[in-house]
Amino acid sequence: MNELLSLLKQNARETPENMAKELGISVEEVKSKIAEYEASGVIRAYQAVVNEEKLDHSLVTTVIEVKVIPESEGGFDRIAERIGRFPEVESVYLMSGTFDLLLFTKGQTMHEAAGFVSAKLATMPNVTSTATHFMLKAYKRNGIIMQSGGEHERLKISP
Amino acid sequence: MSDSKSLRSRISQHVRDIPRSGIRDFFDIVSSRDDVISLGIGEPDFVTPWHIREAAMLALERGATSYTSNMGLLALRRGIARYVEKKTGIAYNPEDEILITVGVSEALDLAVRALMEPGDEVLYHEPCYVSYNPLIIFARGTPVAVETKMENGFRLTRAELEEKVTPQTRILMLNYPNNPTGATLARADVEEIAAFAIAHDLIVITDEIYDDLTYDRDHFSIVSLPGMKERTIYLHGFSKAWAMTGFRMGYACAPPELIEAMMKIHQYTMLCAPILSQEASIEALRYAERDIAEMKAEYKRRRNFIHASFQEMGLPCLRPEGAFYAFADVSRYGLTSKEFALKLLDEQNVAVVPGTAFGACGEGFIRCSYATALDEIKEAMPRIARFIEKL
Repeated sequence: MNELLSLLKQNARETPENMAKELGISVEEVKSKIAEYEASGVIRAYQAVVNEEKLDHSLVTTVIEVKVIPESEGGFDRIAERIGRFPEVESVYLMSGTFDLLLFTKGQTMHEAAGFVSAKLATMPNVTSTATHFMLKAYKRNGIIMQSGGEHERLKISP
Repeated sequence: MSDSKSLRSRISQHVRDIPRSGIRDFFDIVSSRDDVISLGIGEPDFVTPWHIREAAMLALERGATSYTSNMGLLALRRGIARYVEKKTGIAYNPEDEILITVGVSEALDLAVRALMEPGDEVLYHEPCYVSYNPLIIFARGTPVAVETKMENGFRLTRAELEEKVTPQTRILMLNYPNNPTGATLARADVEEIAAFAIAHDLIVITDEIYDDLTYDRDHFSIVSLPGMKERTIYLHGFSKAWAMTGFRMGYACAPPELIEAMMKIHQYTMLCAPILSQEASIEALRYAERDIAEMKAEYKRRRNFIHASFQEMGLPCLRPEGAFYAFADVSRYGLTSKEFALKLLDEQNVAVVPGTAFGACGEGFIRCSYATALDEIKEAMPRIARFIEKL
């Protein structure tokens, strides 16, 4: 991948000045490339990776496997887009294997999450079945380890 | 007999003569402080790649807890032979031309001891790794340092070597990419040095532990040149490129006569390298390119960052081309390297290593390691800038 993008993926809040130094290019070049990525949609958004366990009230994450009948025109795309429009749906992926779409949804309570499946998702035409899993704990998210036991420390000075 | 003075008098004179390592002194001072950002660390900040650690665990589960052959596991030597041939174009026979050692440190010691007669002279370049000079003295040889200079890019030139060579010179020690300067050699430099070694019939001990970590051009090994395999002991290991320092895995490649001589010392002093580390190293070689490429890309960004920062603050520093050190010239501030480092630690809580730890000609320099997370380097650079502004 492009080096500037991989820097941004590591830390989207890094300053253009620092990134310019790391990559050995000018600050202007960094800024204009980022503007290009934003304009062309390569960069869609900047978000924080939150460790929800540290929050007083964490949301319930549900992973839902969905089987759908693809449409003769548009295949899975239109139904996937429709599902994606629900605000509680965080991600939608088309999968190979025993089901078709994989959804990650967020809700305030387990009850609310179950309500989404029974009232909104399962009733959609083309949806033939769903299997709902509740996420218990996140150990690693977006390449970031959420919590870990004490790391080993190096000597402070060595030859 | 029991008082410490009389005990000290029982210590061998040549050991007593060697001063305590400057790095150890500094280590004690830094260790006594909290919240220090250390640019003084000569080992990768990465943890060994997971698949290698897993291979070590698996080996332990399988009960790999025995000795190995003195030479090391044959499967590992075979892997090393392939790996070294790919880098250098030189084929070593895994049966009798490769010896697995406990780090390159042991391999260096074995090489020097196997070759040295009392009074033989060894040419090596300074600033250099801390162990070269003492190892030569432990082997009752005479170290002869050739000072390399920043204006030459810390390269070793034939003219400088010719000035120091005598009829007693037996060995030339090389270490490029270099710790502490970050210097590398171009093929033309290496050719000059090889011609010199041949002209004076020297054995070359070349420590190429950092050869995978070059950022602007590929490393070129002296052993690749015609007529050099016969007179070269090629040293390498897993510590730097794979972030495996604690595994203590090094190796020597050389003609069978030399390996046999080194093996004699190794078998009676060390017996063999730890089997778990050898098993882990077999795994390391399987995905060498992928493992190294990831870490190297990160080091390169840090190299760029640290060098650009020094330029911005007007601190003269060779743009490091290899290893993970920047060797900055701080002589203009009227402090010795050690005073500079101590004051910097005291005022800004940033630890660097005084250049004098790497030889007398390191005076006026500090070594800043970029085997430290970028976030810490980014915090350390403005601190150094603030510090020198006030000097």
